[in-house]
Amino acid sequence: MRILILGIGGAVARRVALELREQGHQVTGIDTRPWEDAPADVEVHQVDLRKRAAEEVFRARRPEVVVHMATVTSLRVQGEERHRINLGGTRVVFEHCRAYGVKHVVFVGRHTFYGAAPDSPLYHTEDEPPKELASFPELADLVAADLYAATALWRDPGMTTSVLRMCYTLGPSAQGTLATFLRGRRVPMVMGYDPLFQFMHEEDVADAIVRTVEKRVRGIFNVTGPQPLPLSVIIRETGRLPVPLPMPVLRQLIGRFGLPRLPPGALYHLKYPIVMDGHAFHEATGFTHRHDEVQTLQAFREAWPPPRPRRQEMREFLGALTSAR
Amino acid sequence: MRDLKDTADDGHETRVPSACEICHDAAPSKKEGKTGVSREESVEARLKRLELPFNAYGVDPYGVSRWHVGVFMKVLAFFYRNYFRVSCHGIEHVPARGRAMLVGNHSGGVAVDGAMIIASAFLEMEPPRLAQGMAEKFINAFPVASPWASRCGQFPGLPEHAVRLLEEERLLMVFPEGARGTAKLYSERYDMVEFGTGFMRLALKTRTPIIPFGFLGGGAAIPTVANLYGLGRALGVPYVPVTPWVLPLPLPVPLEIHYGEPMVFEGTGNEEDTVIQGYVGQVKERIAGIIDRRRHERWEGR
Repeated sequence: MRILILGIGGAVARRVALELREQGHQVTGIDTRPWEDAPADVEVHQVDLRKRAAEEVFRARRPEVVVHMATVTSLRVQGEERHRINLGGTRVVFEHCRAYGVKHVVFVGRHTFYGAAPDSPLYHTEDEPPKELASFPELADLVAADLYAATALWRDPGMTTSVLRMCYTLGPSAQGTLATFLRGRRVPMVMGYDPLFQFMHEEDVADAIVRTVEKRVRGIFNVTGPQPLPLSVIIRETGRLPVPLPMPVLRQLIGRFGLPRLPPGALYHLKYPIVMDGHAFHEATGFTHRHDEVQTLQAFREAWPPPRPRRQEMREFLGALTSAR
Repeated sequence: MRDLKDTADDGHETRVPSACEICHDAAPSKKEGKTGVSREESVEARLKRLELPFNAYGVDPYGVSRWHVGVFMKVLAFFYRNYFRVSCHGIEHVPARGRAMLVGNHSGGVAVDGAMIIASAFLEMEPPRLAQGMAEKFINAFPVASPWASRCGQFPGLPEHAVRLLEEERLLMVFPEGARGTAKLYSERYDMVEFGTGFMRLALKTRTPIIPFGFLGGGAAIPTVANLYGLGRALGVPYVPVTPWVLPLPLPVPLEIHYGEPMVFEGTGNEEDTVIQGYVGQVKERIAGIIDRRRHERWEGR
């Protein structure tokens, strides 16, 4: 099959591309980011999805399957631009798919769709509406993109649409929201709260997307891996130092003193859990995760050991200086 | 040392037991202790026998944590055994495994009743079980309370949670009176306010047996003379109970729990309201019967 992957520069997208290529599919990709060591038979077009050059790829390559992974979170892109990429980009993708006879579109969305609130249930099912947009407006464009993608289910009945809501990705590449959050030595928590976090190994994420392509499943699916864990356990098991701070203090401190930069609304995700039920996807595709929570945390920790304290680095530097003399 | 003393008191040959015997005696069941001083098993020993699917980190798929449950139960065990000296009857009616719903009356202005029911399922049952309450939603909005409630399996009272937990064969604890029930004043301590009907629909839908229980003494432990609804609103809770000593701190009044025989209702959960209300009435009547019988016996000092 001819498969086009949008956002192929990402760590998971690269894995998807390699796996599909291995299965004998012809893989093309679009991303503004380069992929320097891409295999020769994976064609990567370094263009903006919303520009004419991207449409040309659809026109010339005539993909049968499109995997749309070119959305961004508020951690990476701020303001209007993020809105244009997520919602504008998704709209363009579906328009091109319609115009150039794509048979199957896979929209890779996020579990943050459901929102974090004190009264939201554990294990969200696919039929639930998005919540708590008012407290985290930076999420609105991703939620809108997810809902827009789902309209293709009735708008274009001839085309198969799969909307995937993936939980957090963790793994050796340390890309993604949770991994970025955990990179530093100290990880902030909201004092008095310890939400459950649901995550899966990046290999499993890639595998789930490949399976969606293979099985050509139609509908909206939550994609989950092992059982969720409290944030404090994740921080501890990845060798990091939890720093519990009261909410008002944390709001002032994020982005400073080595703490990750987050939009204020994201702090609600440090208070309340978003946990999804992945049964429907398992039943439709037979997907089960291969890496459990312990292995996934270990994989991340081995690839990204906690940065050493500055004090220790300084001491070693001084030690080296004195011994050199 | 207690083991040694027991042997001496019974008039048996006094000898120093070997280390092995002491180990063996370290965790006797409560039944064995009947002849001597009541020997109670430690919370740790019971925690090991708690049948929940904990993972390598001691966390179950709902975030219930073995460590947190242990701390929680140690606190509850002190109140259950030493402070309130709870007497629990009919615990054999609660199934050892499989889904079940504990349904009873509220007694006392704060959640003493719920806490003691959880303690009774953990301390009296064999194997111990974790009764999972359907907590008031406001609890989750408070720091510290939110993670502790979640880690101990006390989730916000949403139908989604109830169905999921029952389908996973867990033990659910329901107070159909809701927050209206804890707001009962001292004079109303043996009354019951209107029961919600949600629990019955859930029980029918998931084919769950209902174990009715009557809880007595909570109203005397926390004699509420007034409820401050305005202050409650300001604090983000339904109300603040006031006792003669102002704060809703419980007195060490003996409490009683009486479990009744399981009640099984047949249906789909989609019946008309009148049918459901009839079933709910039966459960309420059963609980009222337990309370009525015992309040008179208590009055007579039995």
